Amino acid sequence: MAGAAVPGRLGGRLRWHTAELVERRAESATAATLVFDVDGWPGHLAGQHVDVRLTAEDGYSAQRSYSVASASGGERVELTVQRVADGEVSPYLAEEMAPGDLAELRGPVGGWFVWRTEQTEPVLLVAGGSGLVPLMSMVRTRRAAGSRVPFRLLYSVRGPADRLYAGELARADPGLDVTLLYTRTAPDGLPREPGRLTPEDLVQYGWPADFEPTCYVCGPTGFVEKAATYLVMLGHAPERVRTERFGPTGG
Amino acid sequence: MPIISRGFGGRRPSGDHELPPGQYETFDFPVLSAGPTPHVPLDEWEFTIGTETGTEYRWSWDDLMALPAETPTVDLHCVTKWSKFDTEWRGVSLDVLFEDVESAADFTLVHSYGGYSTNLPLEDLLDGKAWIAYGYGGGELPPEHGGPARLLVPHLYFWKSAKWVRGIRLGLEDEPGFWESAGYHDYGDPWREQRYQGD
Ligand SMILES: Cc1cc2nc3c(=O)[nH]c(=O)nc-3n(C[C@H](O)[C@H](O)[C@H](O)COP(=O)(O)OP(=O)(O)OC[C@H]3O[C@@H](n4cnc5c(N)ncnc54)[C@H](O)[C@@H]3O)c2cc1C
Repeated sequence: MAGAAVPGRLGGRLRWHTAELVERRAESATAATLVFDVDGWPGHLAGQHVDVRLTAEDGYSAQRSYSVASASGGERVELTVQRVADGEVSPYLAEEMAPGDLAELRGPVGGWFVWRTEQTEPVLLVAGGSGLVPLMSMVRTRRAAGSRVPFRLLYSVRGPADRLYAGELARADPGLDVTLLYTRTAPDGLPREPGRLTPEDLVQYGWPADFEPTCYVCGPTGFVEKAATYLVMLGHAPERVRTERFGPTGG
Repeated sequence: MPIISRGFGGRRPSGDHELPPGQYETFDFPVLSAGPTPHVPLDEWEFTIGTETGTEYRWSWDDLMALPAETPTVDLHCVTKWSKFDTEWRGVSLDVLFEDVESAADFTLVHSYGGYSTNLPLEDLLDGKAWIAYGYGGGELPPEHGGPARLLVPHLYFWKSAKWVRGIRLGLEDEPGFWESAGYHDYGDPWREQRYQGD
């Protein structure tokens, strides 16, 4: 069962696996982490996602993509789902699904937006909202592998109550610098005024372009568009800026 | 037997044959091509899948005919605004052709006899969503509609369903095809009216 058998045969990747929810944890007021036991899971790389299929009693079904949050190599698949108001799928996953309930899952998907433990260059992670999820898998994979590659994480989030993995990211992780960029409400005493990500944030808390970091940017489409444009403007080579967009369905 | 997710309701579509935004129904089968219709003798025809590491998988016409065929009935949506309901096809599911292909790629560039190309995420070709079609309406696929064989990906605008298909190249990066380089949308979901770049 174990292993990170990726790349794998597409014949296996495209098969739907039965997944049983074995644990759930609240991550914030509106997000939850779901831990699935997946029959025949081949393992994943940090940054990859899965497709989740839900089927109602009468056979109606819907599918959405979710990034894997857990470190690569594990046998279980952890997803963190942010509830989208009026959403078809995320409210069920984030609030209703209970241990023992079943879903179907296909993947892992993605060979580009991944971080591999063999990489030695510095890494810049830029997350907007639930775009933190695949980047957290990279942070966890780095830690689990005992890698000393320097990571910097810029995490843009509305306010303290919206933070994902707050406790885990507050703990010291040598070689990982975490900067929180609040967009609406910031805790007292922070030097930075609440506001959207700016090029100055990337200069101040990111890596200089001449360090040649690999940059991973993930979040809502608009956020990713801006952050990636700023990075290229600041001199980062486009091929070292990798992006993943959590737009609406299908994007 | 589908796996039921207890308590999941979902949202239902309102009726069969809903038109995507901006589309109208047509009863004939318009022909739109970027250039002249190429003609390929069947004994020279071949279909290839190339991976990001350079491995090639090949099928001759006879190889293709020997694979299990499906007969999907699907709706078509062309970016020029027509939609055609319940069209009947015959072809091989891409799940069959990709079954033993080793790859970590996310993207595909489909190329055709005649030089046409179009890009699609690999996911949109898998899981029963796409075919190499060689039959239409109970007969052979006419050359002007892409015969001897074309790609059929009915959930995207029809320019993604490359006529006279010759092969698919897998890649780690997205690479625009013919119309995509000419200002058409990279993905082309008719239900989101993704006609042109920026839609
Ligand atoms: C590769 C990939 C990885 C993803 N990983 C994650 C993940 O790890 N965690 C996670 O929570 N989500 C993730 N998403 C987003 C997820 O797939 C769904 O789009 C999201 O959960 C909303 O689905 P829904 O069915 O609840 O809403 P829908 O019914 O699809 O949409 C309802 C309304 O919400 C809007 N909407 C849809 N998605 C979003 C969004 N992401 N943000 C804001 N508004 C939206 C729609 O435009 C619509 O108005 C990922 C998406 C992709 C493509």
